[in-house]
Amino acid sequence: MWQRYIIEASTYAQSIDHLFLLIAALVGFWFIVAETVFFWLIFTFRKKDGRPTQHITGEEKHLVRWITIPHFLVILCDIVILVPAIMVWYNVKEAMPPAEQTVRVIGQQWAWSFQEPGPDGILDTADDIRTVGDLHVTVNTTYHFELESRDVVHSFAIPSFRLKQDALPGRTITGWFRPDRVGTYDIQCTQICGIGHAMMAGRIIVETPQDHAAWLLHNSNPSAASEPAAPASQSGSSIVAEVRR
Amino acid sequence: MSTQVHHAEPGIFQKYFWSTDHKMIAMQYMFTGMAMALIGGFLAYVFRMQLGFPNKSVPGFGIVTPGKYNAVVTMHGSIMIFWVAMPILIAAFGNFLIPLMIGADDMAFPRINRLSYQIFLVSIVVLLASFFVKGGAFGGAWTAYPPLSASGAYNLTPAGATLWLVAVALEFVAFLLGGINFTVTTMNSRAPGMKMFDIPLVVWMIVLASVIFMASVGPLIAGAIMLLFDQTLSTGFYDPSRGGDPLLWEHLFWFFGHPEVYVVLLPAMGIVAEVITVFARKKMFGYKTILYTAWATGVLSFVVWAHHQFVAGIDPRMANIFTVTTLLISVPITEMVFLYIATLYGGSISLTTPMLWALAFVAEFMIGGVTGIFLGASGTDIYLHDTYFVIAHFHYTFVPIAIISVFAGITFWYPKMFGRMLNETLGKIHFWGTVIAFNVIFIPLFMTGVAGDQRRVYSYAQFAEQARPELQHLRTTSTIALLVMLSFQVIFLINFFWSLRNGKRAEANPWRSTTLEWTAPSPPPHGNFAELPTVYRGPYEYGLPGRAEDYWPQNDPS
Repeated sequence: MWQRYIIEASTYAQSIDHLFLLIAALVGFWFIVAETVFFWLIFTFRKKDGRPTQHITGEEKHLVRWITIPHFLVILCDIVILVPAIMVWYNVKEAMPPAEQTVRVIGQQWAWSFQEPGPDGILDTADDIRTVGDLHVTVNTTYHFELESRDVVHSFAIPSFRLKQDALPGRTITGWFRPDRVGTYDIQCTQICGIGHAMMAGRIIVETPQDHAAWLLHNSNPSAASEPAAPASQSGSSIVAEVRR
Repeated sequence: MSTQVHHAEPGIFQKYFWSTDHKMIAMQYMFTGMAMALIGGFLAYVFRMQLGFPNKSVPGFGIVTPGKYNAVVTMHGSIMIFWVAMPILIAAFGNFLIPLMIGADDMAFPRINRLSYQIFLVSIVVLLASFFVKGGAFGGAWTAYPPLSASGAYNLTPAGATLWLVAVALEFVAFLLGGINFTVTTMNSRAPGMKMFDIPLVVWMIVLASVIFMASVGPLIAGAIMLLFDQTLSTGFYDPSRGGDPLLWEHLFWFFGHPEVYVVLLPAMGIVAEVITVFARKKMFGYKTILYTAWATGVLSFVVWAHHQFVAGIDPRMANIFTVTTLLISVPITEMVFLYIATLYGGSISLTTPMLWALAFVAEFMIGGVTGIFLGASGTDIYLHDTYFVIAHFHYTFVPIAIISVFAGITFWYPKMFGRMLNETLGKIHFWGTVIAFNVIFIPLFMTGVAGDQRRVYSYAQFAEQARPELQHLRTTSTIALLVMLSFQVIFLINFFWSLRNGKRAEANPWRSTTLEWTAPSPPPHGNFAELPTVYRGPYEYGLPGRAEDYWPQNDPS
């Protein structure tokens, strides 16, 4: 039902979708029960001449249980939703699987730009590839992204990956994804960022290892790989140190 | 100075613009709120036309450029919440109903009340002026996240941003004054015999809403002043390059912004309670339990704010706490809705226009409630955050609150306000046209949200996945439904203004209700009651066995 609208192209896309379906089933059940009872009551107790209304305070024991039993069932349902919701959150946002590759994502009014390590696989060296709008990644590889903003709050979103993370000026936010489906997918900015907000589109191109290697060769200068480069930004230097450690 | 003049019948200005009568101030708030609703509705029409029929000139507006689009969505949100929902639900109904329903002749502080409306009016003048300044109205969304909102270089609406902030701050002042007045009046001016649990629910709810508002707005006012300084004095409270932090604003804003949801929800629940009990001829099921759930909701509403910020860059561990509190708040709200449904049991339900609106509130609000769970659960919010799913969800709460319950309230108390009855046939046509169209607007938006449509984007042309024709069909459907819904409001306006002069004359208690406002003449004169009432019982005594009438008014000594 959900895939009809948008495909799943990362390893955690499916877990988020399953959580959605679980919640849909539980709240859907409550919704249908409540609306059915509601309309049934309206029909059954519609005005009829000569039928008096009942005087009920809502404190009678045999009636209050019609509220207290659902009350505890709702709490139970909340817990059934809470546990997987937090588990999904933990896997996507808290537990960071070790990176096989690290890229830098920079939001600014009104474009996404990317810094990808060149053939040496290390960020912030001279063979890094800098692109605007297009991010090339290899399928079935765990990526960490270092998310930065140069000006206002942006939000880095790849709907097909079920990935979303705000980019804040002044700090670097690290997240991860692991694409598992070859293809080209949209990158959005989902936080209003000025008049070019709708223009802030990007694409993520998920390639086979062979295609990615070919793209790397075509776009980088291999001879520069061994030379250390000046860090791209102030925060860059600390990241270099971290990656090399 | 001729002092005798002041004893004469007040002039038009004195009567309509300088009155301290709570009913006149209520009418001022209501008509101002309705006028602002027309503006807010027009803005919705403008941006929905752009989304439904991209890049076509919108009749009555013109081409919607990206800058204008941002301004229009920002103003739609701000106006509908601060200048429609709050003035009508809290100020208009609060001012009109509280003294009448607790058996008082006026508010505790009538002149503060007048001042409250005047400041509110100034806030509107400031807000509307921002449309005409250089750069146009503010275009940084009603949430006004800095640094975008803090710098004219980023938002390109430097004057509009400052005027917006000043307007919001003035509106807060007006509602602080109003909130003090509602609380003090209810606590001190009740009719003899009216105990705490004899107060009608709508009065309780407006007072609770005022208390929640007053308790939550302080941090935001501090935040707004810092933002104002950032804008005008180039301070750096929210500028990370100078030691500030944009997240600070998000916390201060949502610390207010989420309780604000319940500030408008509770009065709406109160209105619906009054209408349902009268037209089901039933005592409220578990009056005290409803109050306890409302209090619980109010308290919990202060600890859920960061669910707006799951992916905003806060510590991800914090999301777990706020997911728990957010799902927890569903418990008292669900219970409250169950109690409303249970009230229908054993009743004698007549589907008059106000009752249709009140029942529609319950039916539609449930959709808003259950879809909130998807967003409160942090796992699914990663994907759904800032999509149209969020928009559809909160319109399924805010439209029942600010539109449906308001129509329930207006159609219910119209006879008391104006001494005339509304036309039932026109009322029912208006009801069905509005409610059906409302669902056709927002159900497609749930679907586009699930498909990944992000918010506050004037065009999806740049996004291959969103530019698919099947999604565009959904957007166009939603736009057409909005046009239908807006056009049905003409019927309401005709009914409203035609009935002012030509409606059937209303007696004092046309709905055979129990609460005190119906013991005053329709419309009540200055001072409300010929003789101030005494209260002998709770507000919802219907269908008592062994009595000739099926209702027992609160002030009936027999």
